Amino acid sequence: MNGKLWAGSAIALLLLLVALAGPRLAPHDPNRQDLASVRQPPVWAGGAWRHPLGTDSLGRDILSRLLWGARVAVVVAVASAAISALVGVPVALVAGYARGRVDTVLMRVVDVWMSIPAVLLAIVLMAVLGLGLWKVVLAIVIVDWTRFARVIRGEVLALREKEFVEAARAIGLHPLRVMVEELLPNLVPLIIVLVSLEMAIAVGVEALLSFVGLGVQAATPSWGAMIAEGRGYLMVSWWGMGVPMLALIVAVVGFNLLGEGLRERFDPRLRMAA
Amino acid sequence: MGRTPAAPLLETRDLRTYFRRGGWLRPTRWLRAVDGVSLSLGRQETLGLVGESGSGKTTLGRTILRLVDPTGGQIHLGGQEITDLSQAALRPLRRRMQIVFQNPYSSLNPRRRVGAIVGQPLVVHRVPGDHARMVGDLLERVGLPPDAARRYPHEFSGGQRQRIAIARALALRPDLVVADEITSGLDVTVKLRVLALLRELQAEFRVAYLFISHDLAVVRQVADRVAVMYLGQIVEEAPTDTLFERPLHPYTRVLQASVPPPDPTASWRPPVLSGDPPSPLSIPPGCRFHPRCPIAEARCRAEVPALRALGPGHRVACHLAS
Amino acid sequence: MTTAPALELRTLTVRYGARLATWEVDLALDPGEVLGLVGESGAGKSTVGRAVVRLLPEPGRIEAGAIRLHGRDLLGLSETEMRRLRGADLALIPQDPLSALNPAFRIGFQATDALRIHRGLTRDAAVAEMVRLLGDLGVPEAADVLQRYPHELSGGMRQRVLIAMAFSCDPTLVIADEPTTALDVTTQAQILRLLEELQAERRVATLFVTHDLGVVAHLAHRVAVMYAGCLVESAPTGELFRAAAHPYTQGLLAQVLRADVRAAASAGIEGVMPQLAAAPTACPFRGGCSRRMAICDETMPALREVAPGHAVACHLHQGT
Repeated sequence: MNGKLWAGSAIALLLLLVALAGPRLAPHDPNRQDLASVRQPPVWAGGAWRHPLGTDSLGRDILSRLLWGARVAVVVAVASAAISALVGVPVALVAGYARGRVDTVLMRVVDVWMSIPAVLLAIVLMAVLGLGLWKVVLAIVIVDWTRFARVIRGEVLALREKEFVEAARAIGLHPLRVMVEELLPNLVPLIIVLVSLEMAIAVGVEALLSFVGLGVQAATPSWGAMIAEGRGYLMVSWWGMGVPMLALIVAVVGFNLLGEGLRERFDPRLRMAA
Repeated sequence: MGRTPAAPLLETRDLRTYFRRGGWLRPTRWLRAVDGVSLSLGRQETLGLVGESGSGKTTLGRTILRLVDPTGGQIHLGGQEITDLSQAALRPLRRRMQIVFQNPYSSLNPRRRVGAIVGQPLVVHRVPGDHARMVGDLLERVGLPPDAARRYPHEFSGGQRQRIAIARALALRPDLVVADEITSGLDVTVKLRVLALLRELQAEFRVAYLFISHDLAVVRQVADRVAVMYLGQIVEEAPTDTLFERPLHPYTRVLQASVPPPDPTASWRPPVLSGDPPSPLSIPPGCRFHPRCPIAEARCRAEVPALRALGPGHRVACHLAS
Repeated sequence: MTTAPALELRTLTVRYGARLATWEVDLALDPGEVLGLVGESGAGKSTVGRAVVRLLPEPGRIEAGAIRLHGRDLLGLSETEMRRLRGADLALIPQDPLSALNPAFRIGFQATDALRIHRGLTRDAAVAEMVRLLGDLGVPEAADVLQRYPHELSGGMRQRVLIAMAFSCDPTLVIADEPTTALDVTTQAQILRLLEELQAERRVATLFVTHDLGVVAHLAHRVAVMYAGCLVESAPTGELFRAAAHPYTQGLLAQVLRADVRAAASAGIEGVMPQLAAAPTACPFRGGCSRRMAICDETMPALREVAPGHAVACHLHQGT
């Protein structure tokens, strides 16, 4: 067990718990405005315990919005990473196993796809699709499935040369079963690593889309939207932007640590299989 | 190890396997890995296929099993031509021909249990009966502990893994097993045990082996007949004792003389072969062996020698052999 | 004794984590002598070679013993001093010539490293010297070979390059770790011939690690046999093949496969080679030995001389 894996798992687990329990933990309705107490500072900056992390420019409780926002972040991260894998892995399996023309065509598609700037594509997609949490997920999947296809196809090409694959062919195993029964189990460690790293990216992209107003609907508290709203009052109440920004950084770094830690842990085993 | 009945189990005629090399930027070249091989193998017979790296022996084994597509020629299995069958049409025929690979560390899927690996052929071919019991019997027969089925390949030594691979190959009771350098990674002691096992199983399972190896000493122990390959072709073929006692092709002689005998009192003068083995990408004209041959003459540089019979079951492709 | 042995090992014990790879190995090589070190994989023979050049893979540690090169204690040397010795006085010919060469650099660049570092030659002088060395090794177009990348050469040519590198700084001890195992038989014959000629010409003490008794029979002056990390027998080559005293050596010789004989099916050595975790308290070969006695289960036999230069660690030969 390495340090990265420990830290990454701890952060990821914490986020998951917060996302599940968020609404129960939240002291206030995240959308309840209280114009009598706008821009209250957090407790350590002289605020009251009523709003531990202070309030924003509309008097909404920042802690409550942060907890609800964690739910959005985790749902987007898990869903878009999982769906990207579900799309990318089969493409990778088919391309890497079939090789030749099939591989060339599929990988050219992936190349062209990846050559479009990801952020631009996501913004255009959101503008077309409209706002909404699941639309954010869809946009991220459309942008990022190629990452899975590309990386895993490389691994499939290497695994395919292993004699156990040839042995399965010699037995007469159908190509589809070779992919699912022989190749896929050996790809699991790599897929897990990629999913973790993809979650970090997805959290960031969701925040970015919400920041520019093309993310989840305004009523749903999202860290990106909180950062955008807090931005205007940065000079008078830094916490409106600073607190969600910190949460975002912790989440992105956490998922990245998890991915890196898993990679380090799995790599020796991948090499052993080689 | 067995007799050669009239109708051969396996027959190849002028079998060729070429690979395309090069691409957009470089001119296309053909790597002629197997270049006109005709051989036959009887039921329960063992044919040793000997050659150095680059001789095409491994590709030949793969082509016979249709794991690699032939470029030309024919493959007949039990009288049926299988050269152009689709992979789907081949699937039922795969029951009859199996393979054991050189590297027992990469030929077993590291993420599957041994029981699942050995039982997979039974599942794929929908063999009726109690698979767990059949797998248990097979594992016991190849000399593995009873709990082997529940364990993973990495828990076994190289020799034991090779036994697992042999059990998988025999699960469908095939007529032909291609054994591709299966003892080359093993220590002598383990090697001997695996060879003894192969011999026992041959009689019991009535299987024929195409035994591919670079190790002349091993081939001497297991083969009924031996074919020597050089640059994609068979240069000499004979019953084992004949080949080792009266080799006729200069390459066969060089191969044999290259092995230092394990006896310090025996004089050993390794033969000089000029240069390195040529590449199957640029095959010399005339006799393929002439650039390295100690006795080559002018005609060897121009004329391709045919494989001619020079004794019972003894064929040699050399102008100067007699 | 006027001259110190070229290499002397005293009770060399190497540990890999929980496993003892070698246990109290005593060996000595006279200057100009070729010693064949044989055994099955896992017997510890490669470990001995690696310990001498002090390039043990992790987590290998020399736990006890002494290694002396011409009387000079190697274990007391710092890493810097070791580095100065390696490639100069002490050369290694590795098993796999492909992975021993860096694929990103031309042969000429890496093959001349030792000459530039240890002999202080300029690049041009080092290249000229390497061309001369390769020429001596029967490589006609050496200058062309130096221009190439490792993957562009055949296995035999790569091994020639590594041999030239090993001999480039006039070493006094060469460790050859299965140098022909990865090669084809005809190439192996050429390389063995080359090593034989080099040896006749230069008389460099060589520790030749191999599992191939045929190679040993023709190249080594003396043979040492290892089993389960222990040295079980050592003798002049002729004597070892003629009158092996240890049951394991006898078994090893009996089970050699020969191409020139179709042997009656040999049963081979019985038992599985044990792995030592601590000092052996019994003979490690007792499980596979047909002449096992009560005492074999009780104590580890010491290495005793049974004839001049012929030592055996076996209870059958402990009497005087």
